[in-house]
Amino acid sequence: MDAKDILGLPKTPLSVPPEKKSQPKKDSQRKPDGISREVYALTGGLAPLMPSIDSSYLKKRPPSDEKITWQWLPFTNSARKDTLQLYHWVRVVNGVPPTGDYSFAKYNKSIEVTKYTDEEYAKHLTDPSWTKQETDQLFDLCEQFDLRFVIIADRFPSSRTMEELKDRYYSVCRSILLARASSPADVSGHPLVKENYNASQEKERKRALSMVLSQTKQQEKKDAEVLAEAKKIAESRMAAKGVEESVMPATENEFPETTIDHNDTLVSLSNVRLAPVAAPPSTLVIADTSSTLASLRMLPVYLRTYALEQMVQQASSSAGLRTIKRVEQTLQDLGINLKPRVPTKAVCAEHLELRKEILTLLNLQKQLQYKEAEGSSLREGTTYSEMPGTPKDRTFIPDAMSFGGNTCLCATFLVKGPGRVSETPSSPANKRPRKMKASDL
Amino acid sequence: MTNSSSPKRNEQDQPETSGPVLKSLKTKLSKPEDAEKKIVGKKLKDVEISVPIVYGNIAFWLGKKANEYQSHKWTVYVRGATNEDTSGVIKKVVFQLHSSFNNPTRVVESPPFELSEQGWGEFEIAITLHFHSDVCEKPLSLYHQLKLYPEDESTSLSIKKPVVVESYDELVFPEPSESFLARVQNHPAVSVPRLPVGFTLPTPAEDPSERKRVDTKDHPLTQWFTNFSEADELLQLAAARQQVQTHIAKLRRQITVIEGQQQQLKPSSDQ
Repeated sequence: MDAKDILGLPKTPLSVPPEKKSQPKKDSQRKPDGISREVYALTGGLAPLMPSIDSSYLKKRPPSDEKITWQWLPFTNSARKDTLQLYHWVRVVNGVPPTGDYSFAKYNKSIEVTKYTDEEYAKHLTDPSWTKQETDQLFDLCEQFDLRFVIIADRFPSSRTMEELKDRYYSVCRSILLARASSPADVSGHPLVKENYNASQEKERKRALSMVLSQTKQQEKKDAEVLAEAKKIAESRMAAKGVEESVMPATENEFPETTIDHNDTLVSLSNVRLAPVAAPPSTLVIADTSSTLASLRMLPVYLRTYALEQMVQQASSSAGLRTIKRVEQTLQDLGINLKPRVPTKAVCAEHLELRKEILTLLNLQKQLQYKEAEGSSLREGTTYSEMPGTPKDRTFIPDAMSFGGNTCLCATFLVKGPGRVSETPSSPANKRPRKMKASDL
Repeated sequence: MTNSSSPKRNEQDQPETSGPVLKSLKTKLSKPEDAEKKIVGKKLKDVEISVPIVYGNIAFWLGKKANEYQSHKWTVYVRGATNEDTSGVIKKVVFQLHSSFNNPTRVVESPPFELSEQGWGEFEIAITLHFHSDVCEKPLSLYHQLKLYPEDESTSLSIKKPVVVESYDELVFPEPSESFLARVQNHPAVSVPRLPVGFTLPTPAEDPSERKRVDTKDHPLTQWFTNFSEADELLQLAAARQQVQTHIAKLRRQITVIEGQQQQLKPSSDQ
């Protein structure tokens, strides 16, 4: 330090003094014994949750008093119905072969399928749509295939849907249970008795599942959007109700009017395809703002910057991380600080409005991109209606669009001083379609 | 509301917190709440008191007198944004310094709420504001990074010109108590928005001679204080919004044009 003083050089700021709050040190863990360093490093420096092989086990040698030989011996499997005898290697200890059944025999489990006698059939199980023969066939198949209804439905001689087969099987079992039970109370705990198989409900459920599975991506997105908005509305109503209850009851008639508006916007959103994104979200955003404001009012004191942060968070809650980054980038291009330097009430309000408008702008840009992509695919005579559909669309359109779009946006903002909108925006707009046509060729 | 006439300050722009501006912005943000206010009347929930403050530090290099452990003399403080007295709002301020200082918890119980020390290191100071009991029961914490060395490393250190880092913020009291409100009605350091009909309005013209002069006006550091003007930012923001709105309108026009084109091209499309 003195040397620098003599030379007249500025001292380097000691911004990391040793007494400064020490950052939590990441201490390198010692590798445990028994595993080589490289192998341990593979796990990322963390010990595995459970030791795969106890290292002591590896070092163990078999006790020396035992003499181990391996012999090729015959064995029987109790799970088999025939008396087939196969051979395999067996570990023999001191000349004594191991006893016990074949080790895999215990896995031979099967389902108990109820069997009914002809009398029982006549008494309880007759059904107009099912003949005895069919029912017998069904039960045979059930036993043969362990109640795997997919296979049973496939193999069933006459064509019946799986729901019908299941329905028949379960109702027969249920009737038999009830018939054989000494008293109804005994079997009331049985799941079949408690909740009977409902064929129509099953059909509905499967149909709904297949519908969800076959939804296109666009439909999924729309559904998610609608659900999210519905959730927001419900939440804002809850928050509003919470605030309401602390205010005088006379004010209750004010709120329902505004909530009715939200209902209408939601309905109109689902009816109108690709509705202008800006309009409905703005009405919903007002509702959410009031819930954030309500929560702020609960605090005894807060900082204006904190309030702005909360409002910004709430406004960007529907946007992804990338969109938020783009909003911030746009703010910087416009020459606006991300956090206002003089956060008065007026400045914060303007800042918030600006952010919301930028979000709207970005949404519109995206919309325009989609539209133009659709336009180009239509022009080519394809039937694709979504932008992210074909890989071909992906390759040239994003390159032309996003690059062109971003640069010309930045250009418009950076051209002249603040307060004056430049004339150049019109030319980049023309450039866009021209660019696309060039790449079409 | 703010008509300070300190001789040392050379201000061109007064921080404007005029009533009408506040009200119009409030209506933009919270439509349903305004309707509530008209009915509610005298309740204090509708009045929000905001106190603009500035907090930060000023650091002087000691030059020849500097040694390894004490190279700078610095002062960390909290002040009213217009240099007015904040003692009506703030009861005491606790500055939590780095643990290497003796008695790192320093309490300042009367204005000016500042603390001077000598040292060499830059660290984060926790500033806790304790309010009078009728203002707010809970303390509020701010954090300030002490800065001794200038941003630009090539600037040589001078004894005369200090390093000044200040941050502007506003304390917002959403539901002030009546006594607080009464106390602070005419206070220049505090901005109270337009009051609803039930309240008696204060006399607008204030007699400057009656107002209590505080030490802060004659404080030697006053000359280094930054003048925070919201006018510049408002202008900037308004210009930016104008640009964005123009762009939005243009995009909307483009979209409708393309939609029109697509309608013509393929009538049997999924649209």
